[in-house]
Amino acid sequence: MSPDAAPPEQMLQPGENPNPGSAGASAGTPTAKLESTTAPPQSVLKSAPTVELEKLRAFYGSSEQVKGIDLRFPANQVTAIIGPSGCGKSTMVRCINRMHEEIPGARAEGRVLLDKLDLYDSAVDVIAVRRAIGMVFQKPNPFPTMSIFDNVAAGLRLTARRGDLHHRVEAALRSASLWDEVKDRLSTPGVGLSGGQQQRLCIARSLAVDPEVLLMDEPCSALDPIATLKIEELIDQLKQRVTIVIVTHNMQQAARVADRTAFMLGGQLVEVGQTKEIFTNPVDPRTEEYVTGKFG
Amino acid sequence: MLERSPLARLPDRALKYGLTALAALILILILYFFIRLFSEARPAFAAEGVLGFTFHDNWNVSVEKYGALPLVVGTLITAGLALLMGVPIAVATAIYLTELCPRRLLTPLTILVELLAAVPSVVYGLWGIFFLAPKLQPAEQWVADRLSFIPFVGGGIVTIPNYFIAGLILAIMILPIVSAIAREVMMTVPADHKEAALGLGATRWEMIRMAVIPYCRSGIVGGAMLGLGRAIGETIAVTIVIGDAPQLGKQLFGQGYTLAAVIANEFGEATGLHRSALFAAALVLFVLTLLVNALARLFVLRAARAGKGPAAAPTGGAGDLAAATAAGA
Amino acid sequence: MSTPDITGDRLARFAVSPRRRRADRTARGLLLTATLVALVPLALVIYYLLIKGLGAWSWSFFTTDPTGNTFFKSSSIGGIRSAIVGTIEMVALASVIAVPIGIGVALWLVEYGKGSRFAAVVRFFVDVLTGVPSIVFGLFIYIALVVGTGSTYAGYKGSLALSLLMLPVVIRSAEVILQLVPNALRESALALGAARWKVVFRIVLPTALGGMLTGVLLAVARAAGETAPLLFAAGATNKETLNLGEFMNSLPTQIYKDVTSPTESVVNRAWGAALTLVTMILILNLIARLIARRSRLA
Repeated sequence: MSPDAAPPEQMLQPGENPNPGSAGASAGTPTAKLESTTAPPQSVLKSAPTVELEKLRAFYGSSEQVKGIDLRFPANQVTAIIGPSGCGKSTMVRCINRMHEEIPGARAEGRVLLDKLDLYDSAVDVIAVRRAIGMVFQKPNPFPTMSIFDNVAAGLRLTARRGDLHHRVEAALRSASLWDEVKDRLSTPGVGLSGGQQQRLCIARSLAVDPEVLLMDEPCSALDPIATLKIEELIDQLKQRVTIVIVTHNMQQAARVADRTAFMLGGQLVEVGQTKEIFTNPVDPRTEEYVTGKFG
Repeated sequence: MLERSPLARLPDRALKYGLTALAALILILILYFFIRLFSEARPAFAAEGVLGFTFHDNWNVSVEKYGALPLVVGTLITAGLALLMGVPIAVATAIYLTELCPRRLLTPLTILVELLAAVPSVVYGLWGIFFLAPKLQPAEQWVADRLSFIPFVGGGIVTIPNYFIAGLILAIMILPIVSAIAREVMMTVPADHKEAALGLGATRWEMIRMAVIPYCRSGIVGGAMLGLGRAIGETIAVTIVIGDAPQLGKQLFGQGYTLAAVIANEFGEATGLHRSALFAAALVLFVLTLLVNALARLFVLRAARAGKGPAAAPTGGAGDLAAATAAGA
Repeated sequence: MSTPDITGDRLARFAVSPRRRRADRTARGLLLTATLVALVPLALVIYYLLIKGLGAWSWSFFTTDPTGNTFFKSSSIGGIRSAIVGTIEMVALASVIAVPIGIGVALWLVEYGKGSRFAAVVRFFVDVLTGVPSIVFGLFIYIALVVGTGSTYAGYKGSLALSLLMLPVVIRSAEVILQLVPNALRESALALGAARWKVVFRIVLPTALGGMLTGVLLAVARAAGETAPLLFAAGATNKETLNLGEFMNSLPTQIYKDVTSPTESVVNRAWGAALTLVTMILILNLIARLIARRSRLA
């Protein structure tokens, strides 16, 4: 299935902008940007899944941080989550790969569907979920005691002892647009790289295990503008093989990279729709106040 | 008008200079003791030579020959056994308590582990010789017989006071310190790294191996060395369970001797050259613990400086104070 | 939505192999076992002490001195009063010496000498002191006060040996606690124009009090259990004396002496004394913990 095909049934969601012209607009990426990468990895050949949240609620003890969210992340697209600090965007995203429940006293209710599969079903293995859904964190966090190579291979080594590690590490580093910069120093410590490089290293690390979805929690907030731009270019390429959800408090960034944008406030979803519409013609007044900078 | 009168400034200066003098006093005191110790030990060093004293294998009181090698080796053997048996358990305990323990059990279990340090050494020694050693003797004999082909371990009769029991008791005594320090270090692992490991689809144990243990290596080694220092200097417990055989340790399950034990046993009635030799033994012991403790601080400091280990000041709480107070000999 | 079919779905290729699952379970089991193994000696020691020592406890056990008659019937061997009193006296004196000095040095390290070369030297020597084997402290006092002056053992000399032992412990734990007092607290007081010494005594010390008390109690518990420093400093005697200038008995010494006796009742007394000592130390430890929990800095 070609990555440029129109995304499956574009259902209107509560608060979403009806915009008939949007069906195919977001899926297309200028092909010019693709020329610099080499052969795309395996999973580009099949499409990434759709992720859908159904009545998702998240609690820290008795305090409810995410208050019932229905939200769909279409396959092979970048969806941005924006909102003021404390609105629950990070919490919600961490429920998708079931990292939220790692915090003592935290729990989630509702369903998270990967295509048709409910990730919270009791028959589902949490560990498999986390491997299928990669995560990139706010502060680049390569393992400090490992070399660049070992960092990328870390996830691979869990399942494959020997075998074609070198090949897959190289593929992952290429997918993260980092190969050329580090190919001569793979055995140097991961923490010896610049901030932007470290974040790309973390992306390579996540990509190495060939996930279906990639969650990014404010991945550029600790980086300088040049590094940020590099990563945004990367995101644009990556959506061909994974579905991407990116949390960001930088609205310009959302406007640059995201196909769709969702606005959250106080643990609830206020509005979601095509990025352009959210920023130029939002439906909900609260959305308009936020995107015009009146608060947050 | 903003000047304070000299009188008002007096208490400040008094405090400052008073405390400075106090700190200086400590320095002088330590130097004084060290010098006196050395002067008392001098006759023995003169008779055997400094290296001769430390490295000759001949401790024979009746003919006034004092080569302390058997004692040094005995000290190292018991301390080495203590490390071998104590550190893995201590680290395992630390891992369990910081990463795997259910929250309700954490406080009671932690307190229990730390209470191991509250038992005085004389009690450990007595329990060792009257309860543990006899209980373990049959098993020790079995091991000695089965493994008689391994030098040092096998062959011969198992005596009740022996190196193995001494090492075991020491292992129990250093366990709380090493565990406390290991726990300290493990609690400083940033959640980031642990989450990164989990995010890659690692099981709990895989996460610990990937993100926790490598991060804590320096700190754990430092903790182990502090435990080593404690094991080297421990006196009463070892004296009770090691016997008094000042020969080079030939047998794991045979009697032995350590520097601290020989001082405790022989000092009461020693005179002249003998007494001086015991002071010399104390000096050697002192230098040994000094070296080990200095190395330990180096490791813990290195871990802290690289930003990957515990900060110089722990986060407070009785556990850390227990580590601070228990880390002496 | 219907129940998912695990075998055919998207997650299949990410499934965790049974080998990894087993490794995880085994590792967890081993770690739990190790923790329990660590606690076995504690249980055994306490159990053993209770069995052998509880029988010796009686009213006369605590209220009469050991008589030194070790070859006769149990009724005439006496109790351990002088040992208890001796321990309390010597440790009390040791604390009176070590605690103010220790806190003073810690105060200096944190409040006045911070960062200076001299402070680094002092800290180094305190570290040295921490590592000194306990018997060497006894020898220090022996050299300085027994041999040197031609006099004999005395209670206060035992106290001095114990105070040397307690000193680095008090300094270290006090330093840790003082460093925990937030700098902002000091600075706001100084900014109000308060003199340095007032800041120290009115603000820093009260805040740190709880934590320092914990450290002190732990040092005291440690000193109470030490035998080696006393061997060549305090001498051994049976009679109770309030005079620290004489030979003084102590619990660890009494235990050490009695336990090798051929008379059964004397040995029982040793175990009773051991139980007493451990009980005292455990109580001190628990009090220290309680205080730490309520301290504002813990």
